[in-house]
Amino acid sequence: MCLGIPGEILETHAGPGGLRYGTVRFGGASREVCLEYVPEAVVGDYVIVHVGLALSRIAPEDAEETFRYLEEMQELAELEGEQQAIERSEVP
Amino acid sequence: MRYLDEYRDGSAAQRYAETLRAIVTRPWTLMEVCGGQTHSIVRYGVDEMLPPGVTLVHGPGCPVCVTPVGILDRAFRIARRPEVVFTSFGDMLRVPGSSDDLLHVRAEGGDVRVVYSPLDAVAIAEREPDRQVVFFAVGFETTAPANAMAVKLAAQKRLRNFSLLVAQVRVPPALEAILAEPECRVQAFLAAGHVCTVMGTAEYRPLVERHRVPVVVTGFEPLDLLQGVAMAVRQLEEGRHEVEIQYARVVRPEGNPVARRAIEEVFEVTDRTWRGLGPIPHSGLGVNARYAEFDAERRFPDDAPAAREDPECRAGLVLQGRLRPRECPAFGTRCTPEHPLGAPMVSSEGACAAYWLYRRRRDPAGAAAGAGAA
Repeated sequence: MCLGIPGEILETHAGPGGLRYGTVRFGGASREVCLEYVPEAVVGDYVIVHVGLALSRIAPEDAEETFRYLEEMQELAELEGEQQAIERSEVP
Repeated sequence: MRYLDEYRDGSAAQRYAETLRAIVTRPWTLMEVCGGQTHSIVRYGVDEMLPPGVTLVHGPGCPVCVTPVGILDRAFRIARRPEVVFTSFGDMLRVPGSSDDLLHVRAEGGDVRVVYSPLDAVAIAEREPDRQVVFFAVGFETTAPANAMAVKLAAQKRLRNFSLLVAQVRVPPALEAILAEPECRVQAFLAAGHVCTVMGTAEYRPLVERHRVPVVVTGFEPLDLLQGVAMAVRQLEEGRHEVEIQYARVVRPEGNPVARRAIEEVFEVTDRTWRGLGPIPHSGLGVNARYAEFDAERRFPDDAPAAREDPECRAGLVLQGRLRPRECPAFGTRCTPEHPLGAPMVSSEGACAAYWLYRRRRDPAGAAAGAGAA
């Protein structure tokens, strides 16, 4: 129900009732999407679309965060591993 | 597809799982509250990648599943009226009320149509001015902006033949209700990314403070979920309790203020009964007085007595994370997608449906009963 699909805005135009609409491409398929809730989004941006309306513009600068956090976790895990090794080596 | 495929990378998922094993010192129980996340977890086996003792329990994250029998029965009565075109998302069609479902109503001649968006229902109302078009507005806060837009558009076009049958629910009061249960074993929540896309994180702060429980707003792909778990586990291990956002590429702390203003313009907060959980104060939305003419409950008044739940269905315990789908004696035997006892077996986001779809062949129901216990 809360499914939101990322898609790229190809162009924008006026839709029903004068609402701001756009053509949004999802992989191979395109469809009409209401852009009224993402006034900041422009052609070329990716948006999250839920039941025909875009709810959020995807921030490309935050897209790598999941991989940065993984590196941070790996460093943390290595530190903990070293700490445990030190603690073990101190036990006579 | 961009922004999807990269978050399904198997080797990065393995590395997440390994690092999680390195930092976990104690067992922890986390709950996700989004049917989309539940399906992703079961489909990709995210739960099975976690260190022993780190358990994901599935919460009431499927709005279809928590829609009470009383509203479903009312929907069926409205859909049977000869002047009505009853529109709905596809996953409501097979959800059982007390003795019926929308597919059955359609087979008996009701004009029931599946739409992709509530805006499509407004377009039908415009095209067919002699019919009364009703949209079944089921959903969490994610769907409320679309329903609000449909009402505003119908009002702007002065349509007299469009209304919403509203079963909108709000997530934070449900989390409060779960934490208030004496048997609650949830120590952290993965909050639903798209709900917070609209609402932001402010509503979760009082809950985090009051119950000292971490909340991590999380996305839907396997790497999102693993990172969400890692962030929640780190908070627990370090004795912190904060609202954090894993799904930062989509969710801003303030949510989407434009969408939220539309919700506030059309709806008001109401008490709601959740199927399986019972009445929860302030847990729903209803059409407000300004837009009352677009409220199907007012347009089609009815005082039929409240219906009863099938007593054999244990969906309530499943929705509270107290029973795993495969622990239900009816799972896969007396309850299947063809003959469901309850909504979680037929909704596309139901927990029972997820286990039926992705785990049934590997562990047949009988053999696995109890195997999923935490």
